[in-house]
Amino acid sequence: MSLETTVHEHQHVETHVHGHEHHDEHHHKETFITKYIFSQDHKTISKQFLITGIIWAVIGGLLSVLFRIQLGFPDANIMWLKPLLGKWITAEGQLAPEFYNALITMHGTILVFFVLTAGLSGTFANYLIPLMCGARDMASGFLNMLSYWFFFLSSIVMGISFFLATGPASGGWTAYPPLNDLHQAATGSIAGVDYWLVSMALFIVSVLLGGLNYVTTVINMRTKGMKMFRLPLPVWALLLTAVIGILSFPVLLSAAVLMLFDRNLDTSFYLDQIYIGGEALANSGGSPILYQHLFWFLGHPEVYIIILPAMGIVSEVLAVHSRKPIFGYTAMIYSLLAITVLSFIVWAHHMFMTGMNPFIGSIFVIFTLIIAVPSAVKVFNWITTLWKGNIRLNPQMLFAIGFVSMFISGGVTGIFLGNSAIDVELHDTYFIVAHFHLVMGVAAFFGMFAGIYHWFPKMFGRFMNPTLGFIHFWGTIICAYLIFFPMHFEYMLPRRYPTHAGFETFGMFGELNQFISVFAFISFACQLIFVFNFFYSIWYGRKARELNPWGATTLEWTTPLRPKHGNWPGEIPEVHRWAYDYSKHGRDFIPQTEPLSQYEIEHGEHGDEGDSAIIQKEKKDDH
Amino acid sequence: METTVQNAKELWNGGDSPFKVSYGKIMIWYFLISDTFTFAGLLISYGAVRTSQPSHKEGDLTSWPDPNEVFSAGPGFHHAPLVFVTFMTFTLIVSSVTMVRAVQEGHYMNKAGVAKWLVWTIIGGLIFVLSQAWEWTHLIHEGMNLKSNPFGASSFGALFFLITGFHGLHVSVGVLMNTWALISTQRGVFHRRGHYEMIEKLGLYWHFVDLVWVYVFLAFYLL
Repeated sequence: MSLETTVHEHQHVETHVHGHEHHDEHHHKETFITKYIFSQDHKTISKQFLITGIIWAVIGGLLSVLFRIQLGFPDANIMWLKPLLGKWITAEGQLAPEFYNALITMHGTILVFFVLTAGLSGTFANYLIPLMCGARDMASGFLNMLSYWFFFLSSIVMGISFFLATGPASGGWTAYPPLNDLHQAATGSIAGVDYWLVSMALFIVSVLLGGLNYVTTVINMRTKGMKMFRLPLPVWALLLTAVIGILSFPVLLSAAVLMLFDRNLDTSFYLDQIYIGGEALANSGGSPILYQHLFWFLGHPEVYIIILPAMGIVSEVLAVHSRKPIFGYTAMIYSLLAITVLSFIVWAHHMFMTGMNPFIGSIFVIFTLIIAVPSAVKVFNWITTLWKGNIRLNPQMLFAIGFVSMFISGGVTGIFLGNSAIDVELHDTYFIVAHFHLVMGVAAFFGMFAGIYHWFPKMFGRFMNPTLGFIHFWGTIICAYLIFFPMHFEYMLPRRYPTHAGFETFGMFGELNQFISVFAFISFACQLIFVFNFFYSIWYGRKARELNPWGATTLEWTTPLRPKHGNWPGEIPEVHRWAYDYSKHGRDFIPQTEPLSQYEIEHGEHGDEGDSAIIQKEKKDDH
Repeated sequence: METTVQNAKELWNGGDSPFKVSYGKIMIWYFLISDTFTFAGLLISYGAVRTSQPSHKEGDLTSWPDPNEVFSAGPGFHHAPLVFVTFMTFTLIVSSVTMVRAVQEGHYMNKAGVAKWLVWTIIGGLIFVLSQAWEWTHLIHEGMNLKSNPFGASSFGALFFLITGFHGLHVSVGVLMNTWALISTQRGVFHRRGHYEMIEKLGLYWHFVDLVWVYVFLAFYLL
């Protein structure tokens, strides 16, 4: 019943949003269930995404600790893990090799999809889009709620697969056939992959429902005066993230459906001429390369789905905490657009080793290298935003700067790997592991942390503890570099091997692997500090008393301390300027809601005339 | 000209709906774009598998089958290539026309008219789905299934059942939603709301399903 009334009220809000009528807060009675569980308030849904994401991040991180124990200390007796892992610890106290594969598969899947897609863009798109655009809620609160619950269902299915007797999927987060296509190919493929595929299908539904909402809200529900070129950069980034998701995830759905058929109904879409376990299979006519094309048509845009929201958040945090307008606002938007378009035409650079025509390969090399251009534009703009800024080194700012550092360090090796000639050498080694963990793993996490520290007071009405934040930051960045920087030296060490014992060549990496593992453990401990800080601060953090603690220009800080469903108690504020008027005309910041003064020229759209033009006009006026 | 450009730009200034449509219609449009990609993924897979197989050769059962041979029967007749599927396609396209009429009656706020044309659309959709069921049953009797195909390459069967099945699922969902819309129309839900936009949204979906069929038809019955 109450669901129905909310839906009606939303339609009500929507139909009148153009007229800018007065809309007081929603007055319907809320029970615990409608307020916190089946909530249609974008702010609550965002917190649901965030907390589910944090839980998955802890699980995903723990998996990496387990396989780093194996990689760093392959001979150690880990009988003490038996209570946790049960039969996956062998009688000799060793990790079962097939479970090692399951660990890395699940680590990748969980972090890529559940944490850095749902946890990152699910959280911030839900939280920031309506608040920064000046909307009362998402276009459809009901579909938005479904988006979270499909994600929840998908994570339940994935969670259950851990408890299968034959273990979860173990063929890599990319689920390539035939390893994942044939039940007899690996223990994880007996049943785990079916759970993986079903979970992914549910996840895709969630991404689509969310994405349709995000795009529609940005297009249709911006408040009066909020031109597209006045939008804060996180909104642009999240809009384009949603566009990428809407266009690329459906293709993964097709790929997953074909694989489910192959696995359970004996078709051979991905199978041809297979000889396994001494037996020749009847399957013929399919192609495993077909799956790789379908997968990477999602898989490559997916890395931009992960990194774009972080880029948007970092742009905002850097501008606010260096008290300077973001450098090159329009360039930032056009580079986001360029990345979005290019993200769809580079997928085959993951497939240089499939025997593709070298000419086609070279086309993908060119597009891949072109992506470096908009990425570099962004990096230069972030650095120039910091230049001569009035920098506040609080945890969110440190994480934002750390993001830029990580993105550069990981991006440089992207240039190496984008070249097919070099990729042939470095393919499937720890060099590539180091590359993508820096550029989209740790970097995206840094963007997420920056966002959490920055918007925490708005989300929960309290601050996170900055001291713990500093410990968290320095611990994480030092560990991240000490883990992934040395990993580049392992450029000849193949990944996805539970142990390198027996290969004389790889013997020299034993101690380096120990070193990396130790810092991986410390890094995990640092994240627990964050988790503690997060949950502790929700209830016991220092209370936020000012509406706008960071002195930011954007609309979310014009809402009450603890905004109710509907966000603004009175009328939605009108916007008169872009989001980056910091340190202008001797003022620290000018909120977006303040009208332009008489001779003031707006930045952003016509920003090139700048302050000097205004000052000259004002001088003329004085004479 | 100058003014239209100006107006188009002002639409994006916020507080307005730049495409002059409600959020619901924008959403269904974006959903259809994304669904296009799902079908494109499947049809591209069809293309990839098909081009890797030998093209049709009389008597060679590993080559791609000749659609005129596969689809030559209908209820009560044989040896009439593509006649039955022509009927199915025709029905589906006509049901798109009746859907257009339902949307139009919605603009006139004519409840009886909407209901009448929705009924015809539902009947069209049902005929299509039932025809497809007949065709599937017939082909399965002939020995075609996901693993084998008496007419030629076995991949043909797997792809045929998967893709027409996926499309048939879309049609069936459409029929269910249209039925729901019919009941709501009869109860006066849309009339009280003051507009029949829901019928328009269902119409967009229905035309999309129709359009996709054209490609599916092309892939399996003509090429």
